[in-house]
Amino acid sequence: MDLNMIWFGLVGILFTGYAVLDGFDLGIGALHLFTDTDEERRLMINSIGPVWDGNEVWLVTGGGALFAAFPEAYATVFSGFYIAFMLFLLALIFRAVAIEFRSKQPMQWWRTMWDVGFALGSVLAAFLLGVAMGNIARGVPLDANHVFSGNLFHLIKPYTVLTGITTVALFAMHGSIYGVLKTTGELHDKLRRWVKNTIIFFILMYVITTMYTLLYVPHMATLIEAHPVLFVVPLITILAIANVPREYYYNRDFQAFLSSCVAVISLLALFGLGIFPNMVYSMPNPENSLTIYNAASSPRTLRIMLTIAAIGMPLVIAYTTSIYYIFRGKVELTEHSY
Amino acid sequence: MDVLFLSRLQFALTVGFHYIFPTISIGLGVILVIMEGMYLKTNNELYHNMTRFWVKIFGLTFAVGVATGIVMEFEFGTNWAVYSRYVGDVFGSALAAEGVFAFFLESGFLAILLFGWDKVSKTMHFVATILVAFGAHFSAVWIVVANSWQQTPAGFHIVGSGMEARAEILDFWAMVFNPSSMDRLSHVLMGSWQAGAWFVISVSAYYLLKKKYGDFARHSIKIALIVAVVASVLQLVTGHSSAVGVSEHQPAKMAAIEGHYEEQAPAPMYLFGWVDDQQQEVRFGVKIPGMLSWLITGDATTPITGLRSFEPPNRPPVNIVFQSYHLMVAIGLGLILLSALGIVYWSRGTLFRKRWLLWIFVFAVLGPQIANQVGWITAEVGRQPWIVYNLLRTSEGLSEAVTGNMVLGSIIMFGIIYMLLFVLFIYLLNEKIQKGPDGMGEDSLEAGHRA
Repeated sequence: MDLNMIWFGLVGILFTGYAVLDGFDLGIGALHLFTDTDEERRLMINSIGPVWDGNEVWLVTGGGALFAAFPEAYATVFSGFYIAFMLFLLALIFRAVAIEFRSKQPMQWWRTMWDVGFALGSVLAAFLLGVAMGNIARGVPLDANHVFSGNLFHLIKPYTVLTGITTVALFAMHGSIYGVLKTTGELHDKLRRWVKNTIIFFILMYVITTMYTLLYVPHMATLIEAHPVLFVVPLITILAIANVPREYYYNRDFQAFLSSCVAVISLLALFGLGIFPNMVYSMPNPENSLTIYNAASSPRTLRIMLTIAAIGMPLVIAYTTSIYYIFRGKVELTEHSY
Repeated sequence: MDVLFLSRLQFALTVGFHYIFPTISIGLGVILVIMEGMYLKTNNELYHNMTRFWVKIFGLTFAVGVATGIVMEFEFGTNWAVYSRYVGDVFGSALAAEGVFAFFLESGFLAILLFGWDKVSKTMHFVATILVAFGAHFSAVWIVVANSWQQTPAGFHIVGSGMEARAEILDFWAMVFNPSSMDRLSHVLMGSWQAGAWFVISVSAYYLLKKKYGDFARHSIKIALIVAVVASVLQLVTGHSSAVGVSEHQPAKMAAIEGHYEEQAPAPMYLFGWVDDQQQEVRFGVKIPGMLSWLITGDATTPITGLRSFEPPNRPPVNIVFQSYHLMVAIGLGLILLSALGIVYWSRGTLFRKRWLLWIFVFAVLGPQIANQVGWITAEVGRQPWIVYNLLRTSEGLSEAVTGNMVLGSIIMFGIIYMLLFVLFIYLLNEKIQKGPDGMGEDSLEAGHRA
């Protein structure tokens, strides 16, 4: 275990934190349009009201940590995926503003406009995240200076579209279970019915993506193949995913949500193990890949950052826990709500 | 089209638009702490209503600030990949620290601020307000440190050469406390306090003129006036200190600020003027001879390095730096005058009857906003042609994989969205202001005459 591996793990933890937390926000957003009444939509938005913003900070911090620890990877990915990232930013802006603006005016057209913005922003953000991960897994053309040498069409492939849809499905499942936890009455029952559909949708996509990966992106399995003990990670993934419908069946919503969290975490762990030790896999010239060594900052910076993380992360976990604790329980509409 | 020009334009537009919002958050944060502190101390419902009203406004500006801020975080990588590789080892840790220490604090406790009124105790809510204000200030710390390092790099060495060259850190604290960071941080924070304070003054003055929510407006304006007068006077100190630092560490920028061309000569200070870069002189200007030399060195006859000491490719654009700097200073002095006038009339008990002054107050909200924008234009255009001062040229920092058309497309996208956002922000802000604070009568006319 060296510093570079530690930082590969820590950046991974930040992005995983983002996926687990903002994942259900994006899922709620994706399901938002299927609700019927204004009250239901307000409940959906307010179920994530106090937390979505803090959840998004995991992405911002992950981006900052990637910049600091692996500047080459940060520079290559963000400049290489330029158009996709601009659309991603567009989606996040719309999502944020829609939450804040929607309920500030009573007009039907106003609310509909932001409902669409919230839902499409959420779906697009989830989809593009999945596309980006698919590209990192599959590999993108890099030149000898590790600069992206393709164009937008290199990024949109059947596999990356598949990972994009799978991510939307995963977050839809995660979000619907979160919604069940936070709501009561009619909306609760409705969300419970949707959980069933989203689970089926996700498991279908998961199986297809996994098969596709094993057949056509075999380098994602190299590390686990070489170290059979790591098979415990896909095992946990499968068990966690299988446990979601089981807990759902027994009406144990909280356990179902925890299982869904474990599924998200272990899926990202699997992704990390798959790409390791590469940060950005180069295809067709694997020797141009950005690895956790040639993309990294100096050991001194990695050590400084470790100090920052050691001081900061316990604080972050304390804030996050206390906010979730204070806003625990079912969501209610009050005068302070969105 | 030229990808360098477009990328600079995009960064300027996105950061300029973003910068409207966090400054208000920082300043309003301080005012919220005072208001809620007064509420806890006096138990007067009025302060409770004031806090609740301004918290709502805070929430609105914060949301737009977050939405536009996330763009900045990634724009280094999307448009300035070579720059990102060059500075990542040094600059990235400041950015990561900002996320860990500032954004989590701010966004987490903002939830309590906005939605926690009935969920936590009064004291806990006050603590959350303080933490959000701290978080807002911390976020300024790290981003200003990172930007200052570009202006006055310190605590690093260069590894590799040519395309492979990059800065690596040697001393973290030397990087954090680089020669300009503390001056610039205090200058940014005081600018932000003024942005928040004048925002509150403007809305309150409007209520007073419309004879609405009199008690609310009078108490709000008093708190904000104190913050405004403190910040605007301190701004003179931080501004002076910044200028001395610029002249020491970025002499080309200082020379551009005053349109000072002569290689080595005592320098005047212009009250205004127009720089003719062809003739290398300031036209239509009014100047105080020796004033710049005196302000910077304490001696009106000390020579100041002029632009002719620098090869033309190493000079910043002069007139834009000159104009933006002079506009900033003029507004800064105007704001000192205005806040002092406010305090004087307040102490005489006639402030709320001076309708002409209240009308100026309503529009004075633009003052700090414009000054903050042109201040940054001075700082960033004055840094040119360098993206990292004397080390890396802006033209060398671009992304290799990005073409002019791609940037043009994203500029159009951001242009449309930001215009839409701005219109909606103003619209919603106006709605909130028209609706007024909860729990307050339309007006108590008798209260209108009490002051």
